[in-house]
Amino acid sequence: MGGAFTVNHLIYLAQGVVWTLALSALAFLLGGVAGFLVMLLRISRKKTLRWLSYGYVQIIQGTPLLIILFVIYFGLGVVGIEVPPLIAASVALMVYCSAFMGEIWRGCVEAVPRTQSEAAECLALTRWQSLIYVILPQAVRIATPPTVGFMVQLVKSTSLASVVGFVELTRAAQIINNSIFQPFLIFGIAGAFYFALCYPLSVWSRSLERKLNVSRR
Amino acid sequence: MRYQFDFSSVVDYWPSFLHGTLMTLQLTVIATVVGLAIGVLCAIGRRSQVRLAQLVCGAYVEVVRNTPFLVQIFFIFFGLSSVGLRLPIFTAAILAMVVNVAAYSAEIVRAGMDSIHPGQIEAAESLGMSTPQIYWYVILRPALERVYPALTSQFILMMLSSSVTSQIAAEELTAIANTIQSDTFRSFETYIIVALLYLALSILLRIGFWGFGLVIFPRRRKLGTPL
Repeated sequence: MGGAFTVNHLIYLAQGVVWTLALSALAFLLGGVAGFLVMLLRISRKKTLRWLSYGYVQIIQGTPLLIILFVIYFGLGVVGIEVPPLIAASVALMVYCSAFMGEIWRGCVEAVPRTQSEAAECLALTRWQSLIYVILPQAVRIATPPTVGFMVQLVKSTSLASVVGFVELTRAAQIINNSIFQPFLIFGIAGAFYFALCYPLSVWSRSLERKLNVSRR
Repeated sequence: MRYQFDFSSVVDYWPSFLHGTLMTLQLTVIATVVGLAIGVLCAIGRRSQVRLAQLVCGAYVEVVRNTPFLVQIFFIFFGLSSVGLRLPIFTAAILAMVVNVAAYSAEIVRAGMDSIHPGQIEAAESLGMSTPQIYWYVILRPALERVYPALTSQFILMMLSSSVTSQIAAEELTAIANTIQSDTFRSFETYIIVALLYLALSILLRIGFWGFGLVIFPRRRKLGTPL
């Protein structure tokens, strides 16, 4: 056990940060699209669609992300597809993200006053038109703070991709720690990197929330 | 290639699954009780007049809430062992969870305390109540009642993230699943069963918390608060 922490280690960690960011962005984009779909299903007029999507959200929110990751990683493996860890991690995070964001956005869409959709109906807008031109533009304003807040959650969740061997920040820290064993220092630095990514998002989310509350008062 | 599902070899391990489920529950209960207590103290610290207490509690909450649980576990478990303090794995897992739960519940409880109208506190002062009395009867109890739903869903999320402690080989449900799947080579089936167990556990906890809420908060009982 030995060796000091060098600049090379720091560069290796910084590369891990890049992969953490890439994974977060991928998961957010894929999860956002899927989450939008979940939101549409949750407010659908068809009862079966509503119940199916409700079940989906409950199942995903009631299972740990780690287990979802394992099911996808090993599940795709047994079908005969050899999945690279990046794909497995992105799919797992997408599933996780879609359930949470779908539910957040449903809440925001339903928070738009009912009279708005009634007015749209009076103007003979179709359901799609009223959703796109009347409801969504207002819902986006309400949805921004919690969505940014969820991004913090997402960036933190990418650390679990290390478990299937994807070398992002946490995995990089583990690898360095295995060779020089200075856990306080290495995981401290890794934590500081995560903090540097997440804290600005937290602050931004909070200030957005304050602005929204002022305008609605 | 057609995959043949075979749950039978995995189901034979049900005593291990049961043991893991109970361990997860135990971890969660201990971490929740201790974490909530520390969280309440931390929330009081953030509201206090003492500048240092404000600063320390605020920094603690922000640091924990903006770093991943996995990194916190590694920091605590490997860090403590590197300075010669070798905790049993289960203790280290509980410690990491307490640190995490405390920060989240501190933030939730603080929000509840901030929602208490200042007039209430002034009224209590004019009635000659002492500061501890005011905190207990006027601030804390109504605040906890108000944020109870948020707190309980945070605790359920905590139960789910306890699966991460398997990474330091704490003997809970996920770690046991890892062992079973390497014994049977039936990884897919094993993790599906474990997913169902977690799902059952979270539903059970939600019902349990709802019932507990009705018992400790009479007003929730009168209002007939839904699940």
